[in-house]
Amino acid sequence: MAGLRPGHPFPSCTASLLAFFPHLLLALLEGTVAAAVLALSALGLSLVFGVMRVVNVAHGEFFMLGAMLAWWVAKMVPGGPAMGFVAALIVAPLLVGALAFVTERLLLRRIKYDPEATIVATIGLMFVIQQLALSVFGADAKAVSAPFTYRIALPWFGFSGYKLFVVVASIFILLAVWWVLAKTKWGLVMRVTQFDRETATAFGIPVNQVYSAVFVAGAALVAVAAVLIVPIQQAHYLMGLDPLLMSFIVVIIGGLGSIKGSVIAAVIIGLADGVISMFFSPTLASIIATLAVALVLVFRPQGLFGVEPR
Amino acid sequence: MSTTKLIVPEKKRITRRSALKLAGAGAASMFAGPGFVRYAQAQSSEPIRIGFQVHKTGIGAAYGKWYGQTTDAAVKLINEAGGITGRPVEIIAEDDATDPGRGAEVVEKFATQHKCDVAFGTLFSHVVMGSAPRAGELKLPYYVVSEGHHVASGKLNRYTFQPGITDVRSQVISMAPWIAKNLGKKVTMIFPDFAFGYDHRDYFSAAIKAQGGDVNALIPIPPTETTFSRYFAQIPADTEVIYHVMVGPAVLTFVKELGEFYGGSHPPLFGFIDSLESVSLKSPGLEFLEGSYFWEAYPRYAGAKPTEFDTFYRGKVGVDQYGASVSDANDVSTYSHMFGCWETLYIIKQAMEAAGYKGPDDRAKLIEATEAITTIPEGNEHPQGDKIFNGKIHQVFGHQNITQVKGGVGELVYRTTIEEGMYEPEADYTKMAL
Repeated sequence: MAGLRPGHPFPSCTASLLAFFPHLLLALLEGTVAAAVLALSALGLSLVFGVMRVVNVAHGEFFMLGAMLAWWVAKMVPGGPAMGFVAALIVAPLLVGALAFVTERLLLRRIKYDPEATIVATIGLMFVIQQLALSVFGADAKAVSAPFTYRIALPWFGFSGYKLFVVVASIFILLAVWWVLAKTKWGLVMRVTQFDRETATAFGIPVNQVYSAVFVAGAALVAVAAVLIVPIQQAHYLMGLDPLLMSFIVVIIGGLGSIKGSVIAAVIIGLADGVISMFFSPTLASIIATLAVALVLVFRPQGLFGVEPR
Repeated sequence: MSTTKLIVPEKKRITRRSALKLAGAGAASMFAGPGFVRYAQAQSSEPIRIGFQVHKTGIGAAYGKWYGQTTDAAVKLINEAGGITGRPVEIIAEDDATDPGRGAEVVEKFATQHKCDVAFGTLFSHVVMGSAPRAGELKLPYYVVSEGHHVASGKLNRYTFQPGITDVRSQVISMAPWIAKNLGKKVTMIFPDFAFGYDHRDYFSAAIKAQGGDVNALIPIPPTETTFSRYFAQIPADTEVIYHVMVGPAVLTFVKELGEFYGGSHPPLFGFIDSLESVSLKSPGLEFLEGSYFWEAYPRYAGAKPTEFDTFYRGKVGVDQYGASVSDANDVSTYSHMFGCWETLYIIKQAMEAAGYKGPDDRAKLIEATEAITTIPEGNEHPQGDKIFNGKIHQVFGHQNITQVKGGVGELVYRTTIEEGMYEPEADYTKMAL
């Protein structure tokens, strides 16, 4: 049974260089998917921090909620996984955005976006959402079918076509967010608010409404990310912790508030994660990512592309 | 404290004899019917309080749910038949969040706050490892349903038992000859990176070597991992068999990605059903499993000729012939593990009645009565099959099953004898102080 087997990554009789290539390819593919997942989940956090200068610790729970809603919608909507997926892409961001709106009105606005109070308040919110999800949806992991299943059969191994779709979709979403920020009036208003809140107010920009909109948009974006990502993971009430941590890592390395920085950091961390976990071990990859955060904090506290807060 | 120490040895002598006598009368008589139970009516009608340490949340949640359902069904039956020594059984369930630290706290709560007679029900091996020392210190009889080899290894204590489910060492040594003979001798092992997985790693590696085989790669995966393709790349090309056992919320993703990675052309797969507990074999993306083999403690699919005991058990727990909930066919049970709760509760009943258990002062007697159990007949109380209990290592031995996936269900291809899973005991808990 040994020896050459089609579909196997390591034909034992080939030269080591040839055996190395499938390895590297898989590492890069996995790394690209990881980068896309990171960039998508960090995008909302980065946006909120950039404009509002507050850290939303409940960010991961918005992600989890998006994933749970994707499962719930997929269960409710007839017509197969594709219909469920499309419906979830509409419903999940709407509902999570609505929750963010309520949070912003009842919580953040009352504490006047004080950075420290916001951290404490959103930690509380994190636990509330987590436990609510546990009581409503239960503790077991929920599988959500991908809208399509296509296995890309490479000569050495197979790869999920949907995972590559996630990469394409996240590039598209990132470009869309960049376009809104850079090219539209809305983006200009956000950038002005980010640049100087007082001056923006003086120029008649309703800063409170901008904050509200940004917070809702951040939550809706992470819900979209969750709907996209949940078919390659599973919905689970504790799943928010991972994206929260990874988002922080990406946002800190990239520079708080810089979306460009977040994306570049996501690509670096994702690819490094893919390659290091493939050739060494996934644990080492996590150690290096965390170490990178520590080093960035020590030597470049504002992050790779961050600007000093004014 | 000092008075207890003085009294204990005397109690020990008397109770061991009486316990042995009762056990000699035959385990079957324990369940002779309500008549016996009523005769044994205790002075007190206070309920027997069984602390149920359950993984309601955390990575073991899927198991916890079904452990709960099975426990409730068994307790209902026991109470309908007159309870234990004529006293009703009350389950006090506490969530341990599948966390060892929290587990020890739960055990402590059972002993001191809830005043439980015994504790029971823990599955995940790291939680057992974290909780058992505290149970020993508190002298709280602790009946786990875990599969880990830790009880039988002698590393725990006299108060910890595993009488309702076999241990990993026993399971894997009975599988190795079949795997070597039918599938291949070069085995790659994929296992969870914690205590339970290490039992698989250590004992299967030794067992396959004894068959002239060899483990050519060991691939440990953290149970909280969410993505797996990168681990599959470590599987060497000359692998003849992929041996996989995974646990945690991501098991379905694990198996799906295995399918994506290999497609239709994979080396023979031998999995422990843990990799798919509470997951339907018919889930989309699992088609590649067709024809592959699984170890199952208790086959999920009832097959053409289920025993009357299996049918009875399924009916009471609320599980259909495919191992799914009767109310929701998509809600698949943890069939190969949860019977352990049912059977353990009946062992607790048997031992309490043999010991004439009246309250926490009789815990030492209860320990000895449990240790005195030897053969366990198949029946409604033990639907998985007959078993042999080894009182020295506090571990039960039973039949193991190999099923093959055919048309999306696991069909039985081989059922081991109890002896195939036996090994030389490494310890003797009965020599430890009570």
